[in-house]
Amino acid sequence: MNRKRISLRQELPLLVWLVFVWGALWQNFSPGNLLFGALIAVVVARVFYLPPVELGGRFNVLRAVPFAVVFLGKVVAASFQVLYLAVVRGPDVVSAIVAVPLRSHSDLLVTATGHVISLIPGSLVVEVDRSTSTLYIHGINVRNAQDAAKLRKEVRDTEAGLIRIMGTKEELSALAQEAAA
Amino acid sequence: MNPETVIDAVSAVFMVVGALMSLGAAVGLLRFPDLMSRMHAATKPQVLGLFLLLAALGLQMRTWWVWPVLVVAWLFQLLTVPVSAHMVGRAGYRTKHLHPELLSADELEAVVQKAAQKAARQAAARHGTDDDADR
Repeated sequence: MNRKRISLRQELPLLVWLVFVWGALWQNFSPGNLLFGALIAVVVARVFYLPPVELGGRFNVLRAVPFAVVFLGKVVAASFQVLYLAVVRGPDVVSAIVAVPLRSHSDLLVTATGHVISLIPGSLVVEVDRSTSTLYIHGINVRNAQDAAKLRKEVRDTEAGLIRIMGTKEELSALAQEAAA
Repeated sequence: MNPETVIDAVSAVFMVVGALMSLGAAVGLLRFPDLMSRMHAATKPQVLGLFLLLAALGLQMRTWWVWPVLVVAWLFQLLTVPVSAHMVGRAGYRTKHLHPELLSADELEAVVQKAAQKAARQAAARHGTDDDADR
């Protein structure tokens, strides 16, 4: 156990989340209960130590709220699409596995992109190549190269949105340059 | 129209649509041709289905303290569903539980074959040196 200790500030999001879960499970958000929950959260985080999540150091709430709304809209639209495919197309549905190279090499962003894209029905991460940060995505109802290009663009757009929310400054400026080009 | 009726109507719609999503998942499981496309049906529509059912529950309970529980339940669903879908999909691909004729493109296959060839070459090279050592 010779790992780098992380600062309390870096650990804070985890602790806040643990206290929230504690309060939710007790269904009691009184100060005393929250204080006890915070105590347990600190003990748990110290005893069951996990590799630290390397955050980008910024979080843009103004970008996060529209992203969440658009995400929810996409989930609704795509759910009905998969429902339609299941009922109408059924056994004849054609899929594809598409390789999508991502811009970011941060584990957090690759994971977040994979999660968001997996939660939107119709796409599913099959394999991750961490060294080149490439996602291999199984897309349902991808019949030709055009559909595949659309899927690839959607994944890249999702990643761009996540970089704008919580990417590092370097990733953000690289994204701005790409958009300007 | 009083607010009570509106809340009841909204939660009724949420519940019916949420149940419809779960039905869609079941239909998809039966009708889709291979493991991967079944994973889409098995994991995704119920993210929305559960959201709608939990929202209807929250609307009907009329107490604020159920909302944090529902939020935690849904967030854990959001965190775990892609992981399980990925693990099953990945295991399915590696054990060849898929129908290549139903894929319009497979950009992973070339990578896998290259890696397999590399591993085979390395194994062969190792054998070669072993043989040399024997002689």
